[in-house]
Amino acid sequence: MLNYIARRLAGMVPLLIGITIICFAVIHLAPGDPAQFLSSMNPKFSESAHEKFVKLYGLDKPLHVRYIDWVKRVAVLDFGESFAPDGKTVMEKINERMPVTIYLNVAGMVLIFFIALPLGVLSAYRQNSIFDKSVTVFVFVGFAVPTFWLALMCMYYFGVVKGWLPISGLKSYNYDQLTTLGKMWDIVHHAFLPIVLSVFGGLAGLSRFARNSMLEVLGEEYVTSARARGLSETRVVFKHALKNALLPVVTILGLSIPGLIGGSVIFESIFSIPGMGQLFYQSVMARDYPVVMGVLVLGAILTLIGNLVADISYGLVDPRIRYGKK
Amino acid sequence: MGRSRLLSKVNKNILFYSGLIIVLIFVALAIFAPYISTHDPSFINFDSVFLAPSADHYFGTDDLGRDVFSRIVYGSRISLFVGFVAVGISISIGLLLGLVAGYFGGFVDLIIMRFVDIMLCFPSFFLILAVIAFLNPSIFNVMAIIGLTGWMGVTRLVRAEVLSVKTRDFIVSAKVQGIPSWLILSKHILPNVLTPIFVTATLGVAGAILTESSLSFLGLGVQPPTPSWGNILTAGKDNIMFAWWLSFFPGIAIFITVLGYNLLGEGLRDILDPKQ
Repeated sequence: MLNYIARRLAGMVPLLIGITIICFAVIHLAPGDPAQFLSSMNPKFSESAHEKFVKLYGLDKPLHVRYIDWVKRVAVLDFGESFAPDGKTVMEKINERMPVTIYLNVAGMVLIFFIALPLGVLSAYRQNSIFDKSVTVFVFVGFAVPTFWLALMCMYYFGVVKGWLPISGLKSYNYDQLTTLGKMWDIVHHAFLPIVLSVFGGLAGLSRFARNSMLEVLGEEYVTSARARGLSETRVVFKHALKNALLPVVTILGLSIPGLIGGSVIFESIFSIPGMGQLFYQSVMARDYPVVMGVLVLGAILTLIGNLVADISYGLVDPRIRYGKK
Repeated sequence: MGRSRLLSKVNKNILFYSGLIIVLIFVALAIFAPYISTHDPSFINFDSVFLAPSADHYFGTDDLGRDVFSRIVYGSRISLFVGFVAVGISISIGLLLGLVAGYFGGFVDLIIMRFVDIMLCFPSFFLILAVIAFLNPSIFNVMAIIGLTGWMGVTRLVRAEVLSVKTRDFIVSAKVQGIPSWLILSKHILPNVLTPIFVTATLGVAGAILTESSLSFLGLGVQPPTPSWGNILTAGKDNIMFAWWLSFFPGIAIFITVLGYNLLGEGLRDILDPKQ
């Protein structure tokens, strides 16, 4: 097992290098001298920001020196100072915002998993039943509906027309005066719509995947043999089939992390949630490049870690992966 | 007899046909936009700001008094254009890299597939936004960026297909005859991997349309006054308190279009790949 983990970790090294190269390339996308170009195009881009930019990315040095200098700083998570007037460092800003995004995404992922799995498993078990068909319709709708539009519509209906749910922010303005229970309720209340909507967005893909995975397993010979031995259906489905159908689902859940993080840009800006997504959006709009780069690098690294965790847990439960050819 | 057979065929491929109809309707909408729209989509009229849907303005008017129905009709051009160009880019890149990786194998394959893995680490929406932060938001940049960040799945798919085609006898015999690699690739392998590409391309158009509308919604895609479904929704969001129609109809347009391409793609998959 340790051997397997070590191999996985070693496999990450080229990926990490690749991620930094691509991020570094993005900085140099602006045509000509990026700093010059920016200051001429953008009146908000002040003289001091220009100097900061040149200094931060060492634009007066040759490319490879610049890259190595930059990677050295990224390795210790030093992304420099934000261009915004508050003058905080990029990491300070990200640290402030990270917990909210992680809280929302983890809550979303847990819910997606526990809703999508039964949906997928049941529709595979009762293939072509009315239940299966309605899940299929739901999946098609889920894939096609623009979630930001759905968010707007829900905001309008539940927030404006019915007034049941708050339409923005994470806490009420009187949050500090609430009791502990009241505080918890307040947070759940505020997070309800964003989480439900991000769950809705992820549900379609995962439940479809769980269904296919379960269908495949149900066709395997060991399932037939378990039935032939006269085991009860519950035992066959839950003990023999589900266990094996679960594995690919876990991997896909890991792979869906980038999608969720990407989606948080939209949800957080619609619902004014002060998370990484909103920070990223604001920085893109204000052309606060150090923050944009910081979030981009961290987003990719988080994804990498997510995939690694999925891989390792897959290896933990399935020896075929651990001792497999690769 | 003939009729019932036709019906059962349609019924069997219901996904494909319903998708096809939706897609064709929106293609027609885009082509004949000047004839279908009821008003000039960019005509600003401050006497008719925020009118609710009526017989004159089917979908109401926006914050500048422009007819929302006409703007949505013209917006279908943008969606179609962005969808097809972006997918064209990602399919071309994916096809080329997948063919090369699968056919030549070895070191080239290793490098290309590692590159795919690296690109897949980025939350694609983050990458798109970051690139737009450095370039300027415009329809061409949006198409290019969506295309350049969406080829990885195609590469994997094509590579897998090539790997399986490569070992077949007709390819081996072509190699033995000394036919150059590029000829084998383009004449013998390419036609065999095209079929699954159709499905991916169709589904890709749906994805590209969704991404474009989210970008335009955030103000980072197609810029006003050019009407796109996403930027109509931006105005909808700002005025959601009193003009629901401004948000409702463009969203429905996106939903139906994307649904259409998804249905078409899944239907194609069923038709082309009967074993599933």
